[in-house]
Amino acid sequence: MPLHHVTPQSVPIVGATVLRPTFVVENLNFYYGSNIALKNVNISVATKQVTALIGPSGCGKSTFLRTLNRMNDLIDGSRVEGKVLLDGTDIYARNVDVVHLRKRVGMVFQKPNPFPMSIYDNISYGPRIHGVTKSSVLNEIVERTLQGAALWNEVKDNLKKSAFSLSGGQQQRLCIARVLAVEPDVILMDEPCSALDPNSTFRIEQLIADLSEKYTIVIVTHNMQQAARVSQYTGFFMMGSLREFGTTGKMFTKPDDKETEAYVSGRFG
Amino acid sequence: MTTQEPPAPNADWLMVRRNAVNVICLTAAGLCALVALGALSLVLGYLVLNGFKALHLSTLVLGQMPQGEPGGGLRDGIVGTLMLLAVAAVIGIPFGILGGVFQIESKGKFAWTVRFFTDVLNSIPSIVIGLFVYTLVVLPIAAAHPGDGYSALAGGIALGVIMVPTVMRTTEEILRLVPSSLREASLGLGATQWRTMFSVILPAARTGILTGVMLAMARVAGETAPLLFTAFGSNMFSVKLDKPIDALPIDIYNDATSPYNYLHAQALAGAIILISMILLMSLITRYALGNKVLEQK
Repeated sequence: MPLHHVTPQSVPIVGATVLRPTFVVENLNFYYGSNIALKNVNISVATKQVTALIGPSGCGKSTFLRTLNRMNDLIDGSRVEGKVLLDGTDIYARNVDVVHLRKRVGMVFQKPNPFPMSIYDNISYGPRIHGVTKSSVLNEIVERTLQGAALWNEVKDNLKKSAFSLSGGQQQRLCIARVLAVEPDVILMDEPCSALDPNSTFRIEQLIADLSEKYTIVIVTHNMQQAARVSQYTGFFMMGSLREFGTTGKMFTKPDDKETEAYVSGRFG
Repeated sequence: MTTQEPPAPNADWLMVRRNAVNVICLTAAGLCALVALGALSLVLGYLVLNGFKALHLSTLVLGQMPQGEPGGGLRDGIVGTLMLLAVAAVIGIPFGILGGVFQIESKGKFAWTVRFFTDVLNSIPSIVIGLFVYTLVVLPIAAAHPGDGYSALAGGIALGVIMVPTVMRTTEEILRLVPSSLREASLGLGATQWRTMFSVILPAARTGILTGVMLAMARVAGETAPLLFTAFGSNMFSVKLDKPIDALPIDIYNDATSPYNYLHAQALAGAIILISMILLMSLITRYALGNKVLEQK
């Protein structure tokens, strides 16, 4: 089998103009120590739409996602060049309050990671640290977010149960409800269904469709069919650069870039 | 269907040799474990067999009699040990746990240096720590208030200083075991570092930290040398922090080196009481804090 030959490219092919973007990323370079992981990424994230990021393993899509809420700051030796503008303000500027940023831009991780507490405490943790103390308000938030995450009916009888007594799919919906409780503007999802069974995956994809009416969503997925099912815009990453970005319909039927076409038709990845 | 090749000529011998080595190693490991257990059983057995006959209710509730007069008990030593442990805990637990928290949050060369010096402090002989507290606490007080100096407080401080590096090390190791996904989840919701530590990570690690604290307490409960010139020991019942106080290890030492057989038996009874006290403390705190182990699927 011949090795797949990659044509080098510095400027991504952008096949769609995003009219009212929440995020505008300009010339982003990201380094782990001296290794460059993201090269010159330029992308816009549409408001209240679902943007999917696809690409082969190790292409940098998760790294890119984590730059949007500065979770990469936790990694020693990481360095960012370029700008990430959230509603016009660069989140990597000097005086940015990272704590507030992470309240506005929430994240759901690949492996469900509920706290070792009850279901109720998991969800009320976020509002509590941001100053909500009245139990009537907390009760309302817990019910509303569990309903929003399509989990309320399954857990409403015993909110004091440990979060670990839930199944994997339920835990992931709990993590989504937990993020909703801090009232973010953007929800970042890093392969949220990769550790789940097909039934749970289906329910969460339905949830994403519902959530996108109120929240801007960016989802990293290695499952192309999932990207085609849930998103309105898609970006294709490869070896640290964004090779093409456009509406999902176009990306999966008539992409401009040869590599994009090879990937979405399954010739590599 | 492919035909199987005949096995290589010396494959049988190789198998036999591998199995033999396996059995030999397992047996050797098992024997070593038996030796360790055996030694422990011998100690406990000797203690129980010979000390039990001196363990009466009166041993627990009576104070010391003059040497040579039968009767009397270890009450002063028991109360003294409890007092000293209380003072040691007040110093050792907060500084130890917070020190461990600091260690895990700090990075680079500084963290390495602190860890190195903690390990050094951990290996300093306890009598040297006693000398340190003697110089720093007992002597100045004696200079200012002639007649005073030796005190339960000084003894507790010495034990506390011994506890701190142990608790720091075990806390750091346990905190390291908490999955980083919990940390990321908390930070991702917009929590600060300290909030994440105190509301999520420390509670998740509490069983392990408690075990570390109990181990440290067990270690210092048996320390005798540092007490000799800080708490000093006493013949009288005392719960005062500023006066000398008796302690079980001191009693055991004095009784075991006395010329009377009944006191030798009382020394063994003292050892049994000391071990039981620590066991009881351990069981109570473990029960009180619940049995939640670190769970992560």
